[in-house]
Amino acid sequence: MSETLRAEWTKARTVSGTLWLLCGIIAATTAVGSLVTVSTRCGSDNCIQDPAKISLTGIYLGQAVVAVLAVLAISDEYSTGMIRVSLTAMPRRAGVLAAKAAVLAGLVFTAGAMAVLGSVLAGWLWLPGSGYNGSVSRAAFGSVLYLVLVGLLSLGVAAMVRDSAVAIGVVLSLLFVFPVVAHFIGNSTWQWHLEQVGPMTAGMAIQNTVNLGGQPIGPWAGLGVLAAWAAGAMLTGGLLLVRRDA
Amino acid sequence: MAATIAPYRPRVQPRRAGFAQLLHAEWTKLRTVRGWIIGLLLVPVMTAGFGTLISSGSECGYMYPGANGQLVSGPCSAPVGPGGEVVQDQFYFVHQALAGNGSITARVTSLTSSNPQPWAKAGIIVKAAAGARGDGSPRSEAVPGSAYAAMLVTGSHGVRMQWNFTGDTAGLPGDVSAASPRWLRLVRSGDTVTGYDSADGSHWTRVGTVSLAGFPATAQIGLLATIPPPRDQGHIAAGQELTATGTFDHVGVAGAAGGSWQGTGLGGPPGPGKNADGFQRTATGFTVTGNGDIAPDVGEKTISDTLDGLFAGLIVAIVIGAMFVTAEYRRGLIRVTLAASQGRGRVLAAKAIVVGLATFVAALAGCVISVPIGEHLLRSHGNVVDPVPALTWLRVVAGTAAVIAVIAMLAVAFGAIFRRGAGAVTSAIVIVVVPWFLAVSSPALPVTVSDWLLRVSPSAALAIQQTIPQYPQVAGDYGPNGGFYPLVPLAGFAVLCAWVAAALWLAVRLLRRRDA
Repeated sequence: MSETLRAEWTKARTVSGTLWLLCGIIAATTAVGSLVTVSTRCGSDNCIQDPAKISLTGIYLGQAVVAVLAVLAISDEYSTGMIRVSLTAMPRRAGVLAAKAAVLAGLVFTAGAMAVLGSVLAGWLWLPGSGYNGSVSRAAFGSVLYLVLVGLLSLGVAAMVRDSAVAIGVVLSLLFVFPVVAHFIGNSTWQWHLEQVGPMTAGMAIQNTVNLGGQPIGPWAGLGVLAAWAAGAMLTGGLLLVRRDA
Repeated sequence: MAATIAPYRPRVQPRRAGFAQLLHAEWTKLRTVRGWIIGLLLVPVMTAGFGTLISSGSECGYMYPGANGQLVSGPCSAPVGPGGEVVQDQFYFVHQALAGNGSITARVTSLTSSNPQPWAKAGIIVKAAAGARGDGSPRSEAVPGSAYAAMLVTGSHGVRMQWNFTGDTAGLPGDVSAASPRWLRLVRSGDTVTGYDSADGSHWTRVGTVSLAGFPATAQIGLLATIPPPRDQGHIAAGQELTATGTFDHVGVAGAAGGSWQGTGLGGPPGPGKNADGFQRTATGFTVTGNGDIAPDVGEKTISDTLDGLFAGLIVAIVIGAMFVTAEYRRGLIRVTLAASQGRGRVLAAKAIVVGLATFVAALAGCVISVPIGEHLLRSHGNVVDPVPALTWLRVVAGTAAVIAVIAMLAVAFGAIFRRGAGAVTSAIVIVVVPWFLAVSSPALPVTVSDWLLRVSPSAALAIQQTIPQYPQVAGDYGPNGGFYPLVPLAGFAVLCAWVAAALWLAVRLLRRRDA
């Protein structure tokens, strides 16, 4: 197992795109987060909005870069034919996917932590004293986990459909179609349920620090929904990888 | 001495590889790959499917006390004005019939409310008694949505002359009070109505003359008061409405007016309620209390609400557009393509045109299916759908399909820029969907930032779906959340086209400079 892990780590380390994409995660997240934070005029006495959520808005963009990184981790091997070499050298296919997942999770966790730290710092500087409390650390740590889970979801989808363009289309549809439909739908019950089951709408609940009772889903339950999506995608992807010809 | 050998010349003359041949070649590629045909079929399926899902989940209804005191729900309803648009026509009307020409004059000394609104209204009105009864006899009462002209004192917009819901002209500025009352006069002569105002009752200024096409001989003429609910309050329980009260004196009617003054609460949801509405005679005139508004209804559903499935179709179109280029890079086919044709820019242009036309046709099919089904579903769930003229219908439906097609062309350009499927698809989706998503559904962004996002990002093109204009005389929710975009439809579409032109330019430059 450790050899498989090392092989995957070497691949991830030596492909030129990885470093750029990791920098992209940090840049996209902190840039959007800071811009939104700076453009928000929040009175010091009465701020009805959620300052932690505002400063972490960049996650909406950062997750797209995470998805690219995760999809390329496996679909690049399919597009070059490298996957056949990998699977010949490491015949335990489930182990290969698990090693890919472990390396990806480590990389995304590191980059995500830096991105979230930068965003929260910007929020702390620009929105001083506006309800920053203990749950901010939960929102920040949870956002890093959110990015890791989006990465695993994308890896699972990519293992299923193999083509990078289709995989990224499926992942971004899964993430964005639920909130878009929920936004347009006039029935508040449906809206509520759609936001409870959508991977992005549920997972982003981890960022709520105010009015927790008025949200469709609690923070950790929401992250759990995303984790279920990621687990489902990884299991299906792993099963297909084991059963199919490469 | 060696004999010279004549060089081989093929008998078939090489045909000039024109742009038409290039288009034909690209069309053949698109047509013969099964995945792309499936993708093209998915565009209308996703657009119509998600559109139908959204329409069937949108309900509108009023709860009101029924005959035996239990709450009954009824569908939302809104009358249609003379211009064909959905309107609000709810006010308290103290009226009498006026046969033929005549005039009404009144002095307004106050307009009060517990929660003053800028567009609260009190004033005089001449309103058509439209249509005929079921038995053919002419109606004598005014009905919601019929033609009218009115001189109104407003909460904070001075005196206005308004007619047929969309017309609005300013008269005397300033608020009304006992110390500075406003005199109002309406003169009806045939189809034309002229409005006058005055501060003292002796020096009159003409505010406007309007022509009301087909105005019936017998009209209702009288006094009114109404007040729109505050913007942040949605549908309000019956009996709990905010009301405004206007105080009138020196009321005079000239012409063949008949009978006594009658009070009618016009329009509004069914059932009893509006308890505070009514009128009282005072020593010198009347006080009239009413609620509602006389204005275009900007809060109802429109046909663009049946086309929200475009986001699902859009993502499929982006994947097709990007892969139409990146798949050639992956297989190395791009080298054959470039070797076989003259000019790399022309290859990309041919690809963009073929993808654009194919996705346009596919998306158009989806939109044409989506709209009638969606309208039917919306209406059957109690919603009011604003009827639109045929040209607007065409603009919204064809425009939505064009937005999908042009974004697919953007994806073609991104495919040539990135040469990798994942990067091209992600960039295209992120640049189109994320700004719109942040602007419309993120509660964190201030309105100014949302507006700018919808001005400069490619999602500005969605303005092509806007059917209801923003009326200065209606305090509506004109933010992106209410379906209103900061740019006019064609300007928004032009922003997207500018993005595509810039991306294609960059793509051609890179394609020429780089090795394939």
